[in-house]
Amino acid sequence: MSALLIQGGRLIDPSQGIDQCRDVYIENGRIRYEAPAPSVEIETIDARGLIVSPGWIDCHVSFREPGNEEDETIETGAAAALAGGFTAVCSLPDTFPVVDSRASAEFVVRQSERAGKCRVHPLGAVTKGHLGEELAEIGHLVDGGAIGFSDGKRPISNPEIMRRSLQYTSMWNRPILNHAQVPELVHDGVMHEGFHSTVLGLRGIPASAEEIMVRRDIALAEDTGGRVHLMSISSMRSVEEIRQAKARNIHVSADVAPHHLLLTDESLASYDTNLKVNPPFRTEEHRKALIDGLKDGTIAMISSDHQPLAEEKKSLEFDHAPFGISGLETVLPLCCRALIEPKHLSWSDLISKLTVGPANLFEMNSGTLANGAVADVTIIDPNETWTIRAEDFLSKSRNNPFDGETVQGRVKYTIVEGEVRYRQEEVSRLA
Amino acid sequence: MALSYKFSCCDLFLMSDSNEVTARIERWNRRHLLGLQQLDASEVELILDHAAYFKELQSTRVKLEHLNGCVVGNLFFEPSTRTKTSFSLAAKRLSADTIDWTATGSSVSKGETFIDTALTIESMGVDLMVIRHSSPGAPELLSKHLRAGILNAGDGTHEHPTQGLLDIFTIREQLHTLVGKTVTLVGDIKHSRVARSNIWGLKALGANVIVCGPPTLIPPEIERLGVEVAHRFDDVLERSDVINLLRVQFERQRGAFFPSIAEYAHLFGMNRSRLKQCRPDVLVLAPGPINRGVEITPDVADGKHSQILNQVTNGLFVRMACLHLLAQTQIREKGVE
Repeated sequence: MSALLIQGGRLIDPSQGIDQCRDVYIENGRIRYEAPAPSVEIETIDARGLIVSPGWIDCHVSFREPGNEEDETIETGAAAALAGGFTAVCSLPDTFPVVDSRASAEFVVRQSERAGKCRVHPLGAVTKGHLGEELAEIGHLVDGGAIGFSDGKRPISNPEIMRRSLQYTSMWNRPILNHAQVPELVHDGVMHEGFHSTVLGLRGIPASAEEIMVRRDIALAEDTGGRVHLMSISSMRSVEEIRQAKARNIHVSADVAPHHLLLTDESLASYDTNLKVNPPFRTEEHRKALIDGLKDGTIAMISSDHQPLAEEKKSLEFDHAPFGISGLETVLPLCCRALIEPKHLSWSDLISKLTVGPANLFEMNSGTLANGAVADVTIIDPNETWTIRAEDFLSKSRNNPFDGETVQGRVKYTIVEGEVRYRQEEVSRLA
Repeated sequence: MALSYKFSCCDLFLMSDSNEVTARIERWNRRHLLGLQQLDASEVELILDHAAYFKELQSTRVKLEHLNGCVVGNLFFEPSTRTKTSFSLAAKRLSADTIDWTATGSSVSKGETFIDTALTIESMGVDLMVIRHSSPGAPELLSKHLRAGILNAGDGTHEHPTQGLLDIFTIREQLHTLVGKTVTLVGDIKHSRVARSNIWGLKALGANVIVCGPPTLIPPEIERLGVEVAHRFDDVLERSDVINLLRVQFERQRGAFFPSIAEYAHLFGMNRSRLKQCRPDVLVLAPGPINRGVEITPDVADGKHSQILNQVTNGLFVRMACLHLLAQTQIREKGVE
């Protein structure tokens, strides 16, 4: 018999309202606060100066397997997730083939178990082939392990399909995660429509493309009683719509990506394709509104919106390169810079966006360090200064615009089901 | 790469160009010409002055040797006839060797990235690369990968600096100054790289700029560039010293930005009756190729106010000036044998 003692750390568990220095034990894969029997051998992690948090959960990442293993596999993606402090992630179904059947959902679960890193929960497609036309076999997908439903980066455009899928999924009380955009207004836009798209001559995506879809989804959530989650929102008016809808007790939630809290459309002047993301970086007032949405709880979670892309795909002209940032491994330092350093959020508030928020969305039992809970734990050094080096990513892809930047806040240990699966110092030594 | 630039014509060059201009040429230190956004007034003026010098020399019929030993690559990822020909001739007039490379039928269609294509051509010993591409920012991206000097010959809807410069050269030649002059750009501003380059250059030299077109073809917040926006062509005719009629970019538009060509011509076409409302000495420019009967009627295009063919002529000298200035930087960096 052996146990793990995490000693001397600052324990922050928003699920229990705890923020204090406290030792915590892990025994038989469970959280314990009382010391094990004297016969038990104890390994100790010295957590003095560190923050001990429930394991983080990312509500949508893209792991590209099967079909695009040149970008990422479930194994490399899960390794990147551990390095980013995540003990569980939900993977979008936009693989090839699409996760729209029980077998394909079970494949994700199986690969995740084989990898033995973080847990990877499949999100099932809402529609067959994520083509937006007919409902996928949602019941079968639930049996195969689908934790929620999404058509990935393809907006569920037809309102009748969206309405019906909200009605249907309510049988299992599972959320629908929509990429809220009106496709006709996006068309082949590549950046926020505004002054900078005018100067750069790049085709714009107006903020209204998102806002209209957010309003529609809120109306349908109210109509059906279904649960709508809006992925990676970018517009200030979306935040306001969600704020009002929540006040009316409509089942709507939203997340935001850390890079949207730091960058604006002005940054695109370099035409760096690593800055090409969907939704696009918008203006300063939108950026500030997203932070305000996090502060007042309108936005209850943060997702990396991890979109790994092989180098050859990003080495194209700006308007031909695909959208996305390989973001799992930089969530903490970016959140530090955007939210902690300017004192927009407390550590407890930030950790809540990475634990309680997504756990509530999927009604997971995790995201807590309650006595007896499954021991998913993330231990971070809030003060460590380091330099992001995309070449050292555990993700297969390096498309991250923050490469080379010196940042603060580093994940030190990631523990899944009581097992230490990531030790930063060990991984860095090998790199 | 062994370079052997010869400047046997330098004597002639020094005789004809004033010492003051020569000194300014020596101070030019840009490796690339990606757009007019980056240039200040003195840089724009230097290019124009240097182009004027080449224009003067034209009458001597002497083949110049400013780029002797230099290799200029014309790398066109998008079809072009006039710009490519003009660059090619400009390089030849200065005794450069030229490579013409058009992307259609080349490795781009075989899946090679445009960066690899450009690196391949550069490896043949190219010193200056003239790039035309349908994607905004493509020359900028290449400038990060290549050692050659890059001259943007039009990148999507972003910039077309030499077209902007030749328009401004033509105006300056006729009006002697840009300060306080009102230049109206008419038509599809949204999809026009020519408009963007004109705006930066004209504003740098102190002109007033009006952009005029239907709201669907005026890009958002363009006022922040210091231009006035108008939607009724007739309202601005009288105030304009120069009217530059942009081509309707049928190939860059997706969907209908205006209901019909006939309606466009009715609202924004330059014709005889509109010309009568203009100042008697108004200059009418069009970057071409012109759609006769759409943005301009044939009688105006061929009339005495029209600068269309002067623009083409001046384009050669502007491009000679740009090539020479960028070659100077290359020579300085690589050294002359």
